[in-house]
Amino acid sequence: MTTATAHAQKDQAQAELERRMLRQMLLIRHFEEKAAEAYALGKIGGFCHLYIGQEAVAVGSLAALRDDDYVISSYREHGQALVRGISAGAVMAELFGKATGCSKGKGGSMHLFDAEKRFMGGHGIVGGHVPLGAGIGFAIKYKGGDQVCICYFGEAAVNIGAFHETLNMASVYHLPVIFCCENNRYGMGTAFERVAAVTDVAEHACSYDMAAELVNGMDALAVYAATQRAVERARKGGHPTLLEVRTYRYMGHSMSDPLHGVYRTKDEVEEQKKRDPISQLALKLKEEGALDQAGLDALDAEVRAEVEEAVKFADASPDPDSAELTTHVVAD
Amino acid sequence: MPTLTYRDALNQALREEMQRDANVFLMGEEVGVYQGAYKVSRGLLEEFGPMRVVDTPIAELGFAGIGVGAAMAGLRPVIEFMTWNFAVLALDQIVNSAAKLLYESGGQFPIPIVFRGPNGAALQLGAQHSQAWEGWLSHIPGLKVVAPATPADAKGLLKSAIRDNNPVIVLEGEMLYNTKGEVPEGEYVVPIGRADVKRAGRDVTLICHSKTVAVALKAAEQLAEQERVSAEVVDLRSLRPLDEAAITASVAKTNRAVVIEEGWPHCGIGAQVVDVIQREAFDHLDAPVLRVTQADVPMPYNKQLERLAKPSPDKVVAAARRVLYLD
Ligand SMILES: Cc1ncc(C[n+]2csc(CCOP(=O)(O)OP(=O)(O)O)c2C)c(N)n1
Ligand SMILES: [Mg+2]
Repeated sequence: MTTATAHAQKDQAQAELERRMLRQMLLIRHFEEKAAEAYALGKIGGFCHLYIGQEAVAVGSLAALRDDDYVISSYREHGQALVRGISAGAVMAELFGKATGCSKGKGGSMHLFDAEKRFMGGHGIVGGHVPLGAGIGFAIKYKGGDQVCICYFGEAAVNIGAFHETLNMASVYHLPVIFCCENNRYGMGTAFERVAAVTDVAEHACSYDMAAELVNGMDALAVYAATQRAVERARKGGHPTLLEVRTYRYMGHSMSDPLHGVYRTKDEVEEQKKRDPISQLALKLKEEGALDQAGLDALDAEVRAEVEEAVKFADASPDPDSAELTTHVVAD
Repeated sequence: MPTLTYRDALNQALREEMQRDANVFLMGEEVGVYQGAYKVSRGLLEEFGPMRVVDTPIAELGFAGIGVGAAMAGLRPVIEFMTWNFAVLALDQIVNSAAKLLYESGGQFPIPIVFRGPNGAALQLGAQHSQAWEGWLSHIPGLKVVAPATPADAKGLLKSAIRDNNPVIVLEGEMLYNTKGEVPEGEYVVPIGRADVKRAGRDVTLICHSKTVAVALKAAEQLAEQERVSAEVVDLRSLRPLDEAAITASVAKTNRAVVIEEGWPHCGIGAQVVDVIQREAFDHLDAPVLRVTQADVPMPYNKQLERLAKPSPDKVVAAARRVLYLD
């Protein structure tokens, strides 16, 4: 193979990857918009935390993982669940509390699970799942596998003791874990700098002799590259990494919270939207000639149709049987 | 008498106690700038400033412990948990520090602290966010536990809790914050350890607390209308200490009882109440005491399943019919 064709193939593979990332980000965006609509219609209840604005984090990082790797996240996990390959229908059905949902309607928005996809949940207690991520890493190492576990959490979880306990142990035990902190600057209505003595989350890694990277979370490709480096460290030597991914949430903390509230201004939100991860990647693809406007429109329409289907599926699905109330309390 | 929401009654109690005693301060997530996750602390930051209305990181174990330390050194902290589901992270400080310091110091360190926040299920919040913790908390010697059902009791019990020289757990309810009722102005305290008869009756006693008071009152109405049964509704208000005299007096009158709670059945509050009844009112009983609780499962997200899991007036009526041998 000549270097020229090798280059061309690499360019094509790269363009393919970028197109796939764009599609995944669009899927999350439209899925979340539909979820917001369905919430307003009362089809979704309880707490529902949307991922709009943060799409590049899930999409960029998960592109660096293999199918047999593990993923664990907080309650803001719709995006990761979708990218991981849980169908939009199964996720939407879970939000609707239907029997066909990925947790059989018993978990809801905050508790999406799919054992086959190695999607280890949606967890609702801030910081509570960070040790679980390390435990999965421990099991990988125990069994002699070369998989990794990526664990997502918000920056506010860094103030919880469990985060520090876990980073220390992950480092001491050389666990193949990627701690992916999605720093969207706010925990509910509290700006991180109001409650954190050290506001660069990545710096915490020093305390635990761990590798760390600060990443632009509005750029899916930057997230991808940083995660690739972290995956390499984890697979080769069982070295954990702390990634601090700077991102931004466009919506309120959950569907029960105001869009910007008193803790940030509308202007700030609008300003952040100018760095939109989807527009940026779409622009890049256009500039490179890998995608024209017609292609983008087609992609967008395809994704919208997929989300429509998901809503139809969720709507048409049955509620769990009332006997489900008492199943799964203890294992056989 | 002014009508207030449960939320505003709590707010009034906090404000009045902070005005009354400069050592009282409020600490917790979103209590200041955000005005409280459920707006219980609205306006307090403006009135008392950031030294007395303290926003915290998400660090329940840490700020609960800071509260206990501050109490050891002479302050009277009110620690707000966004919900009691998150207070589980702070249980070490509540159980191993707050509840034991007086005893293990041979009486040298009373811990005048209040731990408060919403407890129990709201709507479709799923398994981790829909839990009633009173069974756990009432188990611990050294703690007092109250669970007001009405705005007036909320005000009166919170004021008593803040003035008490012991750690007091105040269990509020997300679904109660918007409920309204008459609340006496100014100095109004409800003593800890005293139950309240919310509806007098002759035929059966419905024993309840917090959100299940409304459930029991509904059931009592249904029983009156459909069965011509006169049910007495006893609101425990305090779970530790428990008003054994009030429970006994009512059962001695009606000879039958149903105990209702939001928590799980196993080792629940109702089990403790049944112990009181069999011990103190055994000879008065005409039927075994029945309990209505949450189903013995983690709370499901699905709306229908959640409804099945929760105590309801219908379930209370059914239990009352059984202790009355109407079935
Ligand atoms: C231990 C605990 N305390 C409080 C809460 C309530 N709560 C849910 S999300 C949240 C903010 C978390 O912010 P962050 O970790 O930055 O994640 P983000 O929501 O921004 O994705 C809070 C306070 C909780 N779920 N768990
Ligand atoms: Mg955040």
